Amino acid sequence: MATILTPETLPAGPQLPSADGDTTNPANATAAPVSAKAHAIDISALKRVQGKLDLSKEEIAIKVRDLKLFYGDKQALNNISMDIPKNRVTAFIGPSGCGKSTLLRCFNRMNDLVDFCRIDGQMLLDEADIYERGVDVADLRRRVGMVFQKPNPFPKSIYENVAYGLRIQGINKKRLLDDTVEWALRSAALWDEVKDRLHESALGMSGGQQQRLVIARTIAVKPEVLLLDEPASALDPISTLKIEELIHELKKEFTIVIVTHNMQQAARVSDYTAFMYMGDLIEFGATDDLFTTPQKKQTEDYITGRYG
Amino acid sequence: MVFNKDAHSDHISKQFNEELEALKTYLMTMGGIAENQLKQALDSLLEGDEELAQRALKVDEQINDWEIEIEEQCTRIIALRQPAASDLRMIMAISRAVKDLERIGDESAGIARHAITLCEEGESPRGYNEIRQIGSLISEMVTETLTAFARYDVEMAYKVAKKDRDVDDAYKTAMRSLITYMMEDPRSISRVLNVIWVLRSLERIGDLSRNISQHLIYLVKGVNVSHSTLKEIKQTIKG
Repeated sequence: MATILTPETLPAGPQLPSADGDTTNPANATAAPVSAKAHAIDISALKRVQGKLDLSKEEIAIKVRDLKLFYGDKQALNNISMDIPKNRVTAFIGPSGCGKSTLLRCFNRMNDLVDFCRIDGQMLLDEADIYERGVDVADLRRRVGMVFQKPNPFPKSIYENVAYGLRIQGINKKRLLDDTVEWALRSAALWDEVKDRLHESALGMSGGQQQRLVIARTIAVKPEVLLLDEPASALDPISTLKIEELIHELKKEFTIVIVTHNMQQAARVSDYTAFMYMGDLIEFGATDDLFTTPQKKQTEDYITGRYG
Repeated sequence: MVFNKDAHSDHISKQFNEELEALKTYLMTMGGIAENQLKQALDSLLEGDEELAQRALKVDEQINDWEIEIEEQCTRIIALRQPAASDLRMIMAISRAVKDLERIGDESAGIARHAITLCEEGESPRGYNEIRQIGSLISEMVTETLTAFARYDVEMAYKVAKKDRDVDDAYKTAMRSLITYMMEDPRSISRVLNVIWVLRSLERIGDLSRNISQHLIYLVKGVNVSHSTLKEIKQTIKG
């Protein structure tokens, strides 16, 4: 369902109203025509088209400086330096093995789990290097949440899946849990589908629902950054569109970084796109520019489907 | 970024190569027809050949068919292939160029129609020199803009844009002398008006040829130069 929430109409925090149940929202004009629709033109659509993006004018959430990553002797990332803008969607594209997932996993130190992996350089989240000695990795991963290619709900109820992160933080107040679960499920555009079966097993949901549940679980702990590794690659086109719409909604509150093989998807959902090839960051810029007038030949060849 | 005329033939999908190649061939075919139609229209006017004018009028239908065919191909490719970057620019440039070519066809048909009127009135009026002079400039522009498109030659496209300015000057001068004719001999007004309409059509064809050249610059350089000055276009080509 197309949900159009403008920043002015968007309250912060758990009270976030769902566009699905909200008849004052222009997106629901098909059900109840409201003033935003005049002469059959959806005026609010105008607000959705944003002006030209410029990376130098963005507030930066994460700064990557000279990042080198080795798997054993093999260097997988070569001196990556880039700025991830705040409250924007940044997409990484590139052929298999170019290092885009590796780079994504660096943002919440998932590569720590790989024994023979070694990292040089800096990654600054709010000006603090996340690879500094003494950084609490669990706390980092609370601030930088991640969603994987395959939906991985816990074998628990839908409610418990979303409340899990809060419970391990020691939050047990029923009222707060209820509110947060509802907010997270609404934000993940899942509330209306599951509100009557919150205590059924999450494993009984469809793949697309499971993926949105996982997103709800991730945002329930209010991370600052949301990492999405091929979030829609295992889903059907309709679920994919729902996830894409969700990404568009979520960027108002989170900084989103997404890895995708689907270039059209990157073009649709992201504000900025980075093209990577063989461990190098080849080109990084506003998505509109990158997909219409790429500056580098390698980028052009990749996005137009040519021999590299 | 280097960009040559073979840039659209190295996709992994050979089928896509063929579709783009076909699209370009179609555009060139349509361009050839329009070019020929303009020549016929001008010749029929200058030589008072009514039959040739009728033929030039008929060609218009052919051009309209091509327009629809090419537009449809463009839509189909966008739907099936989701082209990006230079491929997308190529589709956009071609679909715009087709619109301009079709209007060149309309203007040429208009010239042919005036040729028929002037033939029926007999005696050659004043102003044919102006038509001959501007007409040959315009024919050159149409040919050059099509050649530029065939070769992805932005330098040549720039020359077309530059020539459009010469045409505008020549048009203004011609207008002044035609107005003088009409003031000298009010009986010639209706005939001279016909000549003015023809000149007006020619001037429009010049603008449309310039547009096509600008679409080519957009295709090759990725910069929209629709409302740029000649100096800005020059910079775009160099940059």
